[in-house]
Amino acid sequence: MTQTPEVAKLWGNAQTILLKGAHLIDPEAAIDGPHDVFLRRGKVEAIAPQIAREADLTVRLDGCVLAPGFGDMHVHLREPGDEDAETIESGTRAAAVGGFTRVACMPNTKPALDTGGMIEFVIQRANAAGHARVFPVGAATRGRAGEELTEMRELQLAGALAVSDDGNPVENSRVMRRVLEYARTWDLLVISHAEDRDLVGTGVMHEGYWSTVLGLTGVPAAAEGIAVARDVRLAELTGARLHIAHVSTREAVEILRAAKARGVPVTAETAPHYVALTDETIREYDSVFRVNPPLRGEEDRRAVIEGLRDGTLDAIATDHAPHTLVAKDAEFEAAPPGMIGLESALGVALEVLHHREGVPLTRIVDALAAAPARILGWGGGRLRLGEDADLTAFDPQAAWTIDPEAFVSRSRNCPFRGWRVRGRARMVVAGGRLTHEEGVEFAPSERLLAQVV
Amino acid sequence: MALENLIGIEELSAEDILTVLDTARTFREVLDRPIKKVPALRGITVCNAFYEASTRTRVSFELAEKRLSADTINFSVSGSSVSKGESLRDTIQNIEAMKVDVVVLRHWASGAPRFLARYVKARVVNAGDGQHEHPTQALLDLYTIREKKGRIAGLKVAIVGDIRHSRVARSNIWGLSKLGAEVRLVAPYTLLPVEIERMGARVVTDLEEGLRGVDVVYLLRLQLERQKGGFLPSLREYALTFGLDRHSARWASPDALIMHPGPMNRGVEIQPDIADGPHSVILEQVANGVAVRMAVLFLVSGGQPPEPISPVTPVLMAPHPAGR
Repeated sequence: MTQTPEVAKLWGNAQTILLKGAHLIDPEAAIDGPHDVFLRRGKVEAIAPQIAREADLTVRLDGCVLAPGFGDMHVHLREPGDEDAETIESGTRAAAVGGFTRVACMPNTKPALDTGGMIEFVIQRANAAGHARVFPVGAATRGRAGEELTEMRELQLAGALAVSDDGNPVENSRVMRRVLEYARTWDLLVISHAEDRDLVGTGVMHEGYWSTVLGLTGVPAAAEGIAVARDVRLAELTGARLHIAHVSTREAVEILRAAKARGVPVTAETAPHYVALTDETIREYDSVFRVNPPLRGEEDRRAVIEGLRDGTLDAIATDHAPHTLVAKDAEFEAAPPGMIGLESALGVALEVLHHREGVPLTRIVDALAAAPARILGWGGGRLRLGEDADLTAFDPQAAWTIDPEAFVSRSRNCPFRGWRVRGRARMVVAGGRLTHEEGVEFAPSERLLAQVV
Repeated sequence: MALENLIGIEELSAEDILTVLDTARTFREVLDRPIKKVPALRGITVCNAFYEASTRTRVSFELAEKRLSADTINFSVSGSSVSKGESLRDTIQNIEAMKVDVVVLRHWASGAPRFLARYVKARVVNAGDGQHEHPTQALLDLYTIREKKGRIAGLKVAIVGDIRHSRVARSNIWGLSKLGAEVRLVAPYTLLPVEIERMGARVVTDLEEGLRGVDVVYLLRLQLERQKGGFLPSLREYALTFGLDRHSARWASPDALIMHPGPMNRGVEIQPDIADGPHSVILEQVANGVAVRMAVLFLVSGGQPPEPISPVTPVLMAPHPAGR
């Protein structure tokens, strides 16, 4: 647990809780101002500018923004198969510290999440740990091999809301068409890792001036652009719901903007590292910067920022990809691609998007909470009376230095070591339960204090 | 000049490069003596770690080390590459634990010397890393050009061949442009990396235009695998369109130098009569390579470069690197 036992006991025993003094941002309810929130038995009972009621526990959230609980729709929890790097327990704990109440985990575990039993396993593990709700994404093809469809209905009944071969694209267009058509049958979202593998070749970083200078094989932006264009066309053909994962290029943003203008039901996400970093950081051959898709040029980074600003890129998702120190301690082209992101996402997103680029907080909250909920349909995303409280409170001005050694994740492959950022999660409530708090004042009533002591 | 490691030409200044060339000149004279030895690196241990097959570079370094009276140890990993960096790091750290002062590293991964330099106290000399840089090759090429032409600045140099995959090309582009030469890169588009002009060179895809009036023609070896990798339709067409023969050689200026880092694919990028002709300085490159490598090893071991103008070869003695 990431809160003190005392606070946990207070929260657990309180019948009524008043969250006071926060600035509430609930994009779908068009709320953006000072609001208090009153909870009874873990459910939202009242939302109003000033609530003067008595409560067993009053939480002072002055200086904080209160939002619907954040959800990260793209994480790799590595269990089963790579528990050295991360487990469902450690990964969801990292999610809670980062401000997330929900995560969708990708199926490229060992074995892959391509059967109902595997989906159920992940959900059970997550519930036992209790840090965040996990919604496993089922594989789209058996073994993620891009040939045969998985039994998507079984995966759905076990709890999957989406399918994806993430880590791999579905290379064969005919198979991708079938994936979209079959998923559409069950109204499952298809999440695509869009890259043209033939153009990727043996590329290990973005193809541009830096790959030329560093003598590393590059991946042209067109590898993503072409794949996104193909997937969008197939979505139009089949009428299925398509979501493009980890957008990194200007090309992809432009294609998506045009597709949305045409009314294609496609959504997209990007990760904080595409908003904050470029290929120039690879100068020293530090493998922490190796990721797939790769860090791109400045022009791509700017396009991704504008894509988030205007909503072409709906969601922020970290693509949290843990790797052990041993695995990453290698020459650049020999190291596995991937960066962790759960615990740095909020700080980096707020620092770069809001503080430096002036993207409004409502858009950022939408990208972190409301959009993922709209896209995946996993509940939450806005505050609703009578529902379990699912909330993230964060201080957008809190300045801190990112230090991966202090992370609760098992892995340390974070590209933002030493970054000074403004924005930190202060309190996270998932399904009525307090899953994280840091530096927040909890004021119990006399009655609660007596009951608990 | 404090040369700690030699990773690449990119981070050297023009002054640094000239210092190496001047130092090399004093060592070049040693190689013509009957007893080809100076005590400059006596007591220094150099490890030649070659993770990629190479006869000529390794022999050149070994000769340089022996001429300097250093102790040398060699190991090579031939055949298919080691897939994990920890082997490189572990192996070298083990060797270093035996008090090796300098590691000369050739490796298939771009950036390997920089990766290694993070973990060892020994000086690291890059003998070629992936497609990134081959600094001692560029230094011996610059030395050769300067000896034959008296200068580098203002010369027109054409580098012809597989620029995309060539660490020799990258190092030479840095070195030549830092010293003021005009660099032309001549190749089909499939063998040119993107945005290479930003490194300070001009791209020309026509051999005649590329060679017109140049003072130096520098030919790169065409890997025979390029055809299999889909970069070229055939070696035959490459030889006809980009190969240097007595016909195309005439497009260069009459006293142009013909250079090649070796080994040559005779009949592909260069015809035998040109390779063995009067304008070819290919063998001199090889001889100069030993002197240049002596200079590099001397300087990274803390040796003081010679005064710029000195007709008499000073007795050069490198102090032991600090802390040993």
